[in-house]
Amino acid sequence: MLEQVLAILMFSLRTVPQRLGSVLTAVFGITGVVMVMVGVLSIGEGYKKTMKASGDPAVAMVLRSGADTEMMSGLSRQDTRIIKDHPAIKQVDGTPAAAAELFVIINLPKRGTGTDANVPLRGIQPQSYAVREKFEMLEGRFFEPGRNELIVGRGAVGQFEVELGKEIQVGANRWKIVGVFAEGGGVAESEMWTDAGVLQSAYRRGDTFQSMYIKLEDAARFTAFKSELIRDPRLRVKVMRQTDYYAEQSRTITTLVTALGAIIGTLMAAGAVFSAVNTMVTAVAARGREIATLRAIGFHRVPIVLSILVESTLLALAGGLIGGFIAYLLFDGFRTATMNFQSFSQVTFAFEVDAGLLAMGVFYSTVIGLIGGLLPAVQAVRSPVADALRSE
Amino acid sequence: MSAVTPEPRPKSLMLHLDGVDKSFKRGGQSIVVLEELSLKVPTGEFLALMGPSGSGKSTLLNLIGGLDRPSHGSVVVDGQSIDSLKSSELTRWRARNIGFVFQFYNLMPVLNALNNVALPLMLTNLSHAERRKRAEIALGIVGLGHRLKQYPRTLSGGEQQRVGIARALITDPKILLCDEPTGDLDRASARDVLDLLQVLNRDLGKTIVMVTHDPQAAECATRILHLDKGRLIRESGSGANP
Repeated sequence: MLEQVLAILMFSLRTVPQRLGSVLTAVFGITGVVMVMVGVLSIGEGYKKTMKASGDPAVAMVLRSGADTEMMSGLSRQDTRIIKDHPAIKQVDGTPAAAAELFVIINLPKRGTGTDANVPLRGIQPQSYAVREKFEMLEGRFFEPGRNELIVGRGAVGQFEVELGKEIQVGANRWKIVGVFAEGGGVAESEMWTDAGVLQSAYRRGDTFQSMYIKLEDAARFTAFKSELIRDPRLRVKVMRQTDYYAEQSRTITTLVTALGAIIGTLMAAGAVFSAVNTMVTAVAARGREIATLRAIGFHRVPIVLSILVESTLLALAGGLIGGFIAYLLFDGFRTATMNFQSFSQVTFAFEVDAGLLAMGVFYSTVIGLIGGLLPAVQAVRSPVADALRSE
Repeated sequence: MSAVTPEPRPKSLMLHLDGVDKSFKRGGQSIVVLEELSLKVPTGEFLALMGPSGSGKSTLLNLIGGLDRPSHGSVVVDGQSIDSLKSSELTRWRARNIGFVFQFYNLMPVLNALNNVALPLMLTNLSHAERRKRAEIALGIVGLGHRLKQYPRTLSGGEQQRVGIARALITDPKILLCDEPTGDLDRASARDVLDLLQVLNRDLGKTIVMVTHDPQAAECATRILHLDKGRLIRESGSGANP
């Protein structure tokens, strides 16, 4: 059986040069489908990866009860003191690794377009560095507490009009950028950081904060930590793991992008299926008499059907592989920034064309090939042999 | 003492069609192609079927070869009633029992002569070497032992038809069905092909049923049947009648 399938397949593949136009139309049709779909989905993958890199399961976030984001939250200094005293918090150099932070949004022009974008500006405390273990200073120096100085994430440097040494207007004051930092590729790299105390006065926040970031001694103590804070009658807080917070933040974008990818992919795939059907119908029609001859001399229907399916799948696979390769070259690592709808601020991230997406693209092209080959294959073996033998 | 001449042994029957009707539906109308056709062909006969276009001779050939089924009646080939076989059984039966020779040769353009001839053996369990050996012998029989590696496009029409005949012979079928085998050939090539068919019939004992328009081609057969409007209207002997 296999030998028959391969033999018939070989007859057909050797005629590819004679029907190159229709073959290339189908192959490039599928190339386009896979390229666009992998490209669109790589946005979601990249965004998800950035959000995932932002989370540390041993880091807890505390917001005001009822707040879903830092923007909507508010904590008093008294609240932050009570929280800092919890015994589950990791001690670094004799100090609890717990930082009370502020989160505001400022307008800055985007690189390239010059249009305004909402860029997050975070007020941090010295303990913030201890909480964020992936923090790394790349260029310049730390800001000096009490001064209008900023350090900026490397993602922000790439996407917005900010760079080391430059001064920017924030509220009524000018602030100087004194350093550039990395934070493991996470969402913090889209932010700018300054001293929480300076930001409080610049934005007239009094002695309040918006969130607390806490590094726990052990990630396994999170559940107990959470329930104890929630049960504390002095506090009205919401406690969550940082990983869960960012997973939730990425949900809207990834759902949107995945749905968009699915819609675009389905529409384009429908076109590609027609193209594949057309190619295989042409192939089968051109070989109608050959196929009928094979059937007359005793070849069964199954190897004939299989050979047509294998051919259309091979052509589709070629298209899929080319599409995946082009998508990888064009999109993988392409950096951009988009709105995080939860925080109303920009998140910079890189498109991610990973092995999973490429495998999905190849799988998708295989399905298109199979569907595209099925109708012509069935048609080829259902037409009366006697009639087909006399066809031109 | 008087010499006793032995009675000639009756030849067995290779083909028996009994009351065969064949009709097609077209545009809601039934078109009768063959009507109440009965026919017996002894083993080893070379039968020519003649008749004008549309007389039903090709349809008759298709029914004998199991490429089509009768609307009524029975087709028995070498004792096997083929109209009761399932589609897959019929395909297997064809591979074992029938050799087809087509007007336009129907060779695979991407295969050389040797591989075209060996093609039906792909359906057997023979080794590659054995298939090749048999294909070489078959091409030798048709006089193309020196053209094994040639592709159809490099062969003349007569040579292509001889490759087609070698392909039909390769499985040693009981019956050869030839549909206008000389219809696409010049006179000299047609003569070569007909001579070859006669040799296969006479020397190898192959039963041959040949559809033809050409009275000269029909003369090579041992019996000629004339069809018109789906009926056998006349039977005649031929120059080749023993």
